[in-house]
Amino acid sequence: MKMILGVIKPFKVDDVKDALTSININGMTISEVKGFGRQKGHKEIYRGTEYQTDFVPKVEIKIAVADDQADEVIQTIINAAKTGKIGDGKIFILPIEDVIRIRTGEKGEAAI
Amino acid sequence: MKKNILFFLLIIIMMYGSVSMAADPVADPSGVNTGTAADVVGATAGAPTADDMAAMSQAEPLAGKLADVIGHNRIAINFVWVMICGFLVMFMQAGFSLAETGFTRAKNAGHTMAMNFMIYAIGMLGYWICGFAIQMGGVGGVASFGGGTVLNSEFVINLFGYDFGLFGTKGFFLSGGTYDVAVYAIFLFQMVFMDTTATIPTGSMAERWTFKSFVVYGFFITMLVYPLYANWVWGGGWLSQLGKNFGLGHGHVDFAGSSVVHMTGGFAALAGAMVLGPRLGKFRSDGRPNAIPGHHIPMALTGCFILAFGWFGFNAGSTLAGGDLRLAVVATNTMLASAAGAFAAMIYMWNVYGKPDISMIANGFLAGLVAITAPCAFVNSISAVIIGAVAGILLCISVFFVERVMKVDDPVGAFSVHGVNGAWGVLALGLFADGTYGEGFNGIAGTVKGLFFGDSTQFFAQVIGTVTNIIFVFVIMYVFFKVLDKFVPLRVPAEMELEGLDQFEVGVIAYPEFHLNKTHR
Repeated sequence: MKMILGVIKPFKVDDVKDALTSININGMTISEVKGFGRQKGHKEIYRGTEYQTDFVPKVEIKIAVADDQADEVIQTIINAAKTGKIGDGKIFILPIEDVIRIRTGEKGEAAI
Repeated sequence: MKKNILFFLLIIIMMYGSVSMAADPVADPSGVNTGTAADVVGATAGAPTADDMAAMSQAEPLAGKLADVIGHNRIAINFVWVMICGFLVMFMQAGFSLAETGFTRAKNAGHTMAMNFMIYAIGMLGYWICGFAIQMGGVGGVASFGGGTVLNSEFVINLFGYDFGLFGTKGFFLSGGTYDVAVYAIFLFQMVFMDTTATIPTGSMAERWTFKSFVVYGFFITMLVYPLYANWVWGGGWLSQLGKNFGLGHGHVDFAGSSVVHMTGGFAALAGAMVLGPRLGKFRSDGRPNAIPGHHIPMALTGCFILAFGWFGFNAGSTLAGGDLRLAVVATNTMLASAAGAFAAMIYMWNVYGKPDISMIANGFLAGLVAITAPCAFVNSISAVIIGAVAGILLCISVFFVERVMKVDDPVGAFSVHGVNGAWGVLALGLFADGTYGEGFNGIAGTVKGLFFGDSTQFFAQVIGTVTNIIFVFVIMYVFFKVLDKFVPLRVPAEMELEGLDQFEVGVIAYPEFHLNKTHR
C-alpha cells in the first residue's frame, strides 16, 4: 500500500477530487497548508510599500491506495492539477505499514 | 518660567473676562411652545414681516392662528431633518470601527473595535457633563429650531476694544434651565459630530495603545479640547467673530466641520502617534518602513461606504433646517468630492506604484469627503470635484510623507485623511466659495465669497482658523499625551504587542476560531 501525498494549487482541489472519484477513489483527506519551493513566494504592495509573501497557500491531499492503483492515481493527479506554470506543486509517495478501519477492526487493503 | 506665564495669562483672562448674559428666556421642555407664528416672519422671500403680522393678526384672527400652525410645522420639519441626519452621523461610528479594524491586524481586532465602540459611550458622557456647555453654552439659540435661546451665556474677554468669546457656561449636564427641546436637539446633533473627532486618534494609535490611557484621553478631548475650538467656530466664539471684529469675510467659516471636527481629530491623532511611537517592526533599523497589511480589506471598505452614507447627514444636516433647500446642493457636492477623491488617489497610486492600491483609494475617498465638509454649502459642483481630486492627491503625498520623512506610524492614515485634508477643506472654502449662499452667516451681511470670487479677506479668516487649530490642538494634545504617559503608560509592553492586544487589554479574542481552544466542553 502507498500513501500518495500531493501538494497542489488551492483552486485545483475540485478538479483533482472529481478526477479521482471518477477512477473510483473513494476517500481522501485534505488540509490547507502554506509553503514555498523554487518559486519563493511573491511580492505584494500595501500602501506603497512592497512586502514579500514567503509562504504561499497550497492544499495538501492525502490518499491511501493499493500498490497496483498507485501509478493511475498519480497520473490522474498530475493531469488534473497541472497548469504548466511555476507553483503547480509536488507529489510524494510513501510506503504504508498497515491500515486499520476503526469501526470494524479490518486491516490491510480491505481497510482502505 | 512656563508656570509664571500661564499664571499671568490666567490673571489677564480673569481681569478682562466677563460672562455676557441676556435676560433669561424660558426653556420649553415639552416642545408645545416651540415653533409659532413668529417663525413665519421672514421665512421666505414673500413672507410677512413682523409689522405685517402685528397689524394683520388683529384684523384676521384665524390667519393668525394658521400662521401659528405653519410656524410650528416649519420648525418641525427642521427638527425631523436634523434628528435623522444626527442618526446618520451616529452610524458613522460603525463605519469608523470597520474601517480602522479592517486596516489593522487580526490579533488586535477586538481591541481596535472596543476603542471605537467605547469612545461613543465615553465621549457622550464627557460631552454631557461639560463639553456641550463649553461649546454651545453661549450660542444664543438656533433660529431654524425656533428656540434654544436659553443657551445665552458666553465667557468673553475684551482685548483692545474687541470681544473674544472663549467658552460657553450654560448647559452642564443639560440642566440649569436648559431642559428644552431645541437644546436637546442641538445636543444630539453636536454630540455625534464631537464623537467623530474623538474616534479619529484610535486609528493612528491602534495596535499598541493601552485601554486605560485611552479612556482618560476619551474624557479629555470630549470635555475640553474639542468643545473649546468648536465654541470658537460654531458656538459664537472669537473665530466666528473675525468678520464682525476685523472685517475678515464672514469670520472663520466651517460649514460642517473640516476644521472643527476633522482637523481637531487629525492633529490629535498625529500628536498621539508621535508620542506613542511606531508599532514594533514598522521601521527597519535603517529607518525604511515595512508594510503591515490590514487583515480584512472588505471590512475596511464596507466601513468607508458606511462613512460616506453617514456623511450625507454630516454635511446636508448641517443646514440645521429641512426647509433650507440648499441641502440638495450640499449633498450632491459631498458625493461628487468623494468620487473625485477616490478616483484621483487611484490614478496617483496606479501611476506611481503600478497598482490601484485599494486601501489608498479608500483613504482618498474619505479625504475627498473631509475636504468638502467645510465648503460643501458654498461651492458649485465643478469646485467640489476639484476640491475632492486635490484631496485624493494630497492624501497620497501626505501618507508617504508621514511614513517616510516624519517616520510616524499611522496604521490607517488618520492624520493624512482628517488632519491634512481638514486643513485643505477650510482653505478651499476661502478659495472657491462662489457667493451664492451664506447670506448673513456669522452676522455679516452678504453671501460667502472666496478668493477666486472676489473676497480675499475670507481666505485670510480661513487661514487664521486653520493655524489656530494646528497650534491649539496639536500642542495641547502633545503635552497631554506626554503628561498622561507619566501617570498611565500609553504603550502596552512589547510582549503583549507581539502576541496581540486582544487577550491582554480587552480579554476577548476577536476571532477565537483561529486559535486552538476548548469551546465544546
